[in-house]
Amino acid sequence: MGDRHIYGGARVRRKLLPYLLLMPTYVIIVLFIYLPAYDSFYSSFFKVSVFGNRRIFVGIQNYLSLFTDKDYLASVRFTLIYTLSTVVISIFLSFFIALLLDQKVPGSRIYRTLVFAPYAVSHAVAGALWGFLLNPVVGHVNYLTRIFFGIQTQWLTTRPFAAYSLIFASIWKTLPFNIIFYLAALQGISSEVIEASIIDGTNSWTRVWKIIFPLVSPITFYLVIMSIISSTFQSFAIIDVMTKGGPGGYTTNMIYKLFMDGFRFQKTGLAAAENVILFFVMIIITVFYFVYGQKRVHYQ
Amino acid sequence: MKRSTRKTIKMIVVEILLILTSLLIFAPILLAIFMSIQPPEFVFAYPPKFLPKGFFVKNYFDAFKIVPFARMALNSFVIAAFITLGKLITGSLSGYAYANFSFKGSKLTFYILFATLFIPAEIVLIVPLFKIVSRIGWTNTYWAMTIPFMASATNTFLMQQHFKTIPKEFEDAARIDGATSMQYFVKVILPLSRSIIAGAAIINFTYAWNMYLWPLIVAMEDRMKTVQVAINMIINAESSNNWGIIMAGTVIALAPTLILFFVLQDLFVKSLVGSGIKG
Repeated sequence: MGDRHIYGGARVRRKLLPYLLLMPTYVIIVLFIYLPAYDSFYSSFFKVSVFGNRRIFVGIQNYLSLFTDKDYLASVRFTLIYTLSTVVISIFLSFFIALLLDQKVPGSRIYRTLVFAPYAVSHAVAGALWGFLLNPVVGHVNYLTRIFFGIQTQWLTTRPFAAYSLIFASIWKTLPFNIIFYLAALQGISSEVIEASIIDGTNSWTRVWKIIFPLVSPITFYLVIMSIISSTFQSFAIIDVMTKGGPGGYTTNMIYKLFMDGFRFQKTGLAAAENVILFFVMIIITVFYFVYGQKRVHYQ
Repeated sequence: MKRSTRKTIKMIVVEILLILTSLLIFAPILLAIFMSIQPPEFVFAYPPKFLPKGFFVKNYFDAFKIVPFARMALNSFVIAAFITLGKLITGSLSGYAYANFSFKGSKLTFYILFATLFIPAEIVLIVPLFKIVSRIGWTNTYWAMTIPFMASATNTFLMQQHFKTIPKEFEDAARIDGATSMQYFVKVILPLSRSIIAGAAIINFTYAWNMYLWPLIVAMEDRMKTVQVAINMIINAESSNNWGIIMAGTVIALAPTLILFFVLQDLFVKSLVGSGIKG
């Protein structure tokens, strides 16, 4: 009898245990992701009164004023341009650098270490480094572009160069992450596939585009998603350090605009609506990833 | 003969391209280190110099004078360490639940967690998150900068995937020896997962050390700010002035994670790829 009781107790405990194990994770996920997600959606339909003491229901007015706001539309446009150029260039460049790093040549380990290094530094650091190099007075870039191309300019404070500078710094920061994944994917391609194509007499260029690139397409898909997220959201630090969204709001993307409206100008209703839109962008990216990439992901 | 010469030429081309690429990519970090140890007349020289001369440490002392850098470095360290520890604990516990137990609601809860996989709440949900955190009264505290980030889907999945590879026989043997589920977890599973835990630790630490937007808005007092935020404070204080000092601050902000990366590169790469998708 006693034995059975102990056995029963252990069984109950074993049944409860997984829930206890999940508790810490879910408390945090619910409190700090699901709750704020709900809250931002809810508050976007309200406006805080001038004295900050009352909330007034305004329906979709915050959204309407956003989409008639010239500055907001400009920030959406800049987000698209900035993200698109960063992602496309970074993906292709990283694929080629990974192909190079995949070759068996002396010193390849050192090259890898140097190429991977920007992965470990922050976006703020990337902004500071390029802010220095692109500085018109002390920076090395102006000196080099003057010698080689005869170009000398105010990289961070004029159009369109401020945008180019940000895109450039962003690519520099995101390259290593992409290269690391491409390199792992390339190493996973069996050498038989490559050898067979060499015997068939395909030249290296066709081999790269017709055989290798399609073989790593699941990785490309993953990296495109990650790069979109990175340049849409993580780019905040680079922009804040390099251009502060200027000149005249020219390099203000959606996350920078949200920061300004929500934390500098205290336009809370507007910021909440902006946040909902950004959150929806995130949801769309996530859903897109799971619908099209599901087969590639290993879970349960 | 012909084939081998072609191979040699190809190798030399690859080698040259690799040298150029790696130097170009690493140059900004290298130049920052060089400039951080040079006096103003060197930094402002025209044409700009590419190699350092001598050793000028005053920039570092000046950086510490402009902002309370020591305190900020401590903040960054405390925050990154606690986020890392928290993520490892929550991730290994929940990973264990999904890997070793079948229970009611496991599918549903899994999807609830899965949906958050890509969401950096500190950026994507910054406005409402700030509202919640300030309502609790956490602004200007370590709590605000650590607790909300102490769990992530990535960590749970990473652990779960690894725990599943541990043979079921181990668990049966432990049970026969009279070990409880938690004893089995602590004495068998965790020691067998040392490398995955170490890998997750360095990736989490790097992410937390490099956070920018959240500490920027949630720490209004200088004594609670982090080194990442300090970089921009120095730039604003030193605008158009001494880039040697700015680069000194930047080097302090980048050194810990860069050194960690140099020392543990293989582990970094392996864990990073492992925490992503398996192609």
